[in-house]
Amino acid sequence: MKRTIELNGNRYDMPAEVGNVQELLGHLELAERIVIVEMNRDILAKDAYDLPINDRDQIEIIHFVGGG
Amino acid sequence: MLTIGNKTFNSRLLLGTGKYPSFDVQKEAVQVSGSEILTFAVRRMNIFEPSQPNFLEQLDLSKYTLLPNTAGAKTAEEAVRIAKLAKASGLCDMIKVEIIGCDQSLLPDPVETLRATKMLLDEGFIVLPYTSDDVVLARRLCEMGVHAIMPGASPIGSGRGILNPLNLSFIIEQSTVPVIIDAGIGSPKDAAYAMELGADAVLLNTAVSEAGDPIKMALAMKLAIEAGRLGYEAGRMSERDYAVASSPAEGLVTI
Repeated sequence: MKRTIELNGNRYDMPAEVGNVQELLGHLELAERIVIVEMNRDILAKDAYDLPINDRDQIEIIHFVGGG
Repeated sequence: MLTIGNKTFNSRLLLGTGKYPSFDVQKEAVQVSGSEILTFAVRRMNIFEPSQPNFLEQLDLSKYTLLPNTAGAKTAEEAVRIAKLAKASGLCDMIKVEIIGCDQSLLPDPVETLRATKMLLDEGFIVLPYTSDDVVLARRLCEMGVHAIMPGASPIGSGRGILNPLNLSFIIEQSTVPVIIDAGIGSPKDAAYAMELGADAVLLNTAVSEAGDPIKMALAMKLAIEAGRLGYEAGRMSERDYAVASSPAEGLVTI
């Protein structure tokens, strides 16, 4: 089934092979990066990255940038 | 030694990580500054350009304590959300509460800052609120149990130095936690002055990142802060109205 999610504020069509958060990070080449993931406004602990991503889920991928 | 929460630091310079001309310059500036605490902002990632370099990922994180800020938040709730996101990285439990209440001056919103501080302390964060130089507000924050207070010297990024030394000395005098002068520092003179007033530390960013030579300025700030602290500890002489000769009046050689 086709799943369309909101990813960092943009519509994103989920690739068929991506099932959960960990796989999404891998697909986006972010698996080794320092990121924080929010799913439907809930912050995900790393051990929750195996949560499946469903149609219309809202995902935010956050990181640290330079700042004062 | 500077103690914040349960951590101690040798350096009294906290360095911001924004707006450097390049990562190479930034890395060297951070190194020569001797800073052990670096501030960062928390932002949505541009996931469609994931290869863009990230300064944090280039650091040896065993050497630095991260102090994420809540910049971008306009309410206590937004600040708490950003703080929780930062903590979820597993890299830090300190948070700089920064809730801007005025877009032109970037001065902090005192009401939202107080609210957010309370909420974050209840959540168990090590909380360092960025505040104005209001003496009563600083006392209220202290009473709440913050781990340090960070009054601004002048507006963020303005480089105007210490505009109200009297208020800052009142804040320093009454504070039961470290006072870190944050924002508005423009030159080593300002940083040394903050330390001579008795501040425990200085947080600056633009003064280094926008200097002609950021690496040299990072070193200048380190030395200024050390000099200012030593001067404060030594206790300066009293000022007087008239001159007092340094050379003895006896044994004058007359030709």
